[in-house]
Amino acid sequence: MTTTTPPATVPVLEAEKPTAAAVAKRKLTSPWASLVAIVIAVLWTLPTFGLLVSSFRPERQIKTTGWWTFFSNPMLTMDNYREVLDAESGAGLGSYFVNSLVITIPSVLIPLCLATIAAYAFAWIKFPGRNILFLAIFALQIVPLQVTLIPLLTLYVDAGLANTFWTIWLSHAIFGLPLAIYLLHNFMREIPAGLLEAARVDGAGHVSIFFRVLLPLMRPALAAFGIFQFLWVWNDLLVALTFAGGGSKVAPITVALANLSGTRGTAWHLLSAGAFVSIIVPVTVFVLAQRYFVRGLLAGSVKG
Amino acid sequence: MSTPDTNVGKVVLMVAAILLFAAVVGAILFAATFFRGRRADRLTAYAYLAPTLIMLLVGLVYPGVRTIYESFFNAAGNAFIGLDNYKTIFTDADQLTVLRNTVFWVVVTPFVATGVGLLYAILVDKARLESFAKALIFLPMAISFVGASIIWKFVYEFRPDQANVKQIGLLNQVLVWLGGSPQQWLVDSPLNTFLLIVVMIWIQAGFAMTVLSAAIKAIPEDIIEAARLDGVGPWGMFRFVTLPAIRPAVVVVLTTIGIGTLKVFDIVRTMTGGQFDTSVIANEFYSQSFRSDNQGLGSALAVLLFLLVIPIVVYNIRQIRRSEAL
Repeated sequence: MTTTTPPATVPVLEAEKPTAAAVAKRKLTSPWASLVAIVIAVLWTLPTFGLLVSSFRPERQIKTTGWWTFFSNPMLTMDNYREVLDAESGAGLGSYFVNSLVITIPSVLIPLCLATIAAYAFAWIKFPGRNILFLAIFALQIVPLQVTLIPLLTLYVDAGLANTFWTIWLSHAIFGLPLAIYLLHNFMREIPAGLLEAARVDGAGHVSIFFRVLLPLMRPALAAFGIFQFLWVWNDLLVALTFAGGGSKVAPITVALANLSGTRGTAWHLLSAGAFVSIIVPVTVFVLAQRYFVRGLLAGSVKG
Repeated sequence: MSTPDTNVGKVVLMVAAILLFAAVVGAILFAATFFRGRRADRLTAYAYLAPTLIMLLVGLVYPGVRTIYESFFNAAGNAFIGLDNYKTIFTDADQLTVLRNTVFWVVVTPFVATGVGLLYAILVDKARLESFAKALIFLPMAISFVGASIIWKFVYEFRPDQANVKQIGLLNQVLVWLGGSPQQWLVDSPLNTFLLIVVMIWIQAGFAMTVLSAAIKAIPEDIIEAARLDGVGPWGMFRFVTLPAIRPAVVVVLTTIGIGTLKVFDIVRTMTGGQFDTSVIANEFYSQSFRSDNQGLGSALAVLLFLLVIPIVVYNIRQIRRSEAL
């Protein structure tokens, strides 16, 4: 895609040919360099760590002492998680968690389905207006979501879709389409034309070329968009807040957490556990598919 | 249309929705096999594009145009008021604070996040445990803005300065250890805006680090070797070899973070709700449109956001194109 997107993780044990940065660093004297790196790493990790530790401490302890005192007086409990998930006694985050899954999966798959055939048309079929249409769709990536929300809400209300999952699925699908088409199109163009030519000579039509030749080769691009869109939708607040309302019927976990933070801003036993319930899914997806994510990230950098 | 209340019902609806769209795609693929003759290819292409084009026209193009139109109307949307909404944005005291804060966000976040990311990328380059060290900085990217806001709100948490009350927020505890008295960090403007910006920097530095690290590793070795044989020192190596080589990547990172920062709404919303003079354009848009029911002003703010994003995006795309050409 771009020259700036090799895989994110580079094996630690590669041949020790020094890079420019390595040379610069070594001469900047290692102890200081290491110290600065460690300070940054600690600053970047400590806030999350503090909240993670707190989420396992008893409510009274969280409210009266700092999380760093945990290590001199360790007391562990799962009560916070139990309470935040439970609908009867606590914040009922469990059903919001389910909503997040129900929202996210179609919001990834729908644009993926539609964009694959659209990208195929752009990449491998000649038709009048192809370039101008592709450019228009590419340009739509820059439209900020905010510009579309009020009229879109009116449309949903008129169509009788207000406060259903359909509003969120359709919105995320629409907002994701330009990026998906752009990514998949670029990837399809890189597949050698000879491959398709050969299939065509053998008498294959568009459909069989599409399924037999292209789709198997497309896996990295599909994954790149899929992971990017998954994290984007799971972590979204704006679209959900606009279309889902606040109740546990449709709203995802980000909405529930934001509301909790607004109404019970000092209930740290709930906020800490709730935050980690919402974080666990995207972090897992991210760790498993890091290298695809970086590709999607760069290509999607101007999205919505 | 009704929404199921049970989890099973929700999952059934979800599967049905996915199957529905898969069926649409299947039907289009199937129907297109019957196109014959000279125009078959053309018809196939239009059939493949049809659902996408309909959705984009209805869901993106029409609403965008509509919002621009609405931005010339009053709060209720029933009287044309010309440019008054835009005048409000640039004259009203509250709105000017919003603009000021947005400027702080867009100026500070990209440069600090990129600076930290670049520094860290250089420091851990070829170090032992490099990928682990990078993962620590990159992980916040996977966390939602809402989650990140809660993490940092806890850091800034304040307890009254009394003998028997202990601080539970890390920042105030550090201040107490150093002999100071605890502060209500999120209340004092404009300091509070910068404390919110810290959250965005915390999230974006990992993105900067990953992209720049990849760019650094792509610098050809013979250039480095030649510079070293010429006796170029460490700063010279950075200034005259590393920096020029990764300049396109740096620009892409700066602009990308800039665009993201302009549109960020979740952090302000979750941490202060825009109170205490912390609102930014994206948050003000939401408050005006959906809380104060001032659709005209909300639309104008959205259009302003659009106008501000365009030049950065155009510049960004040109840079990406250029770096692709290299």
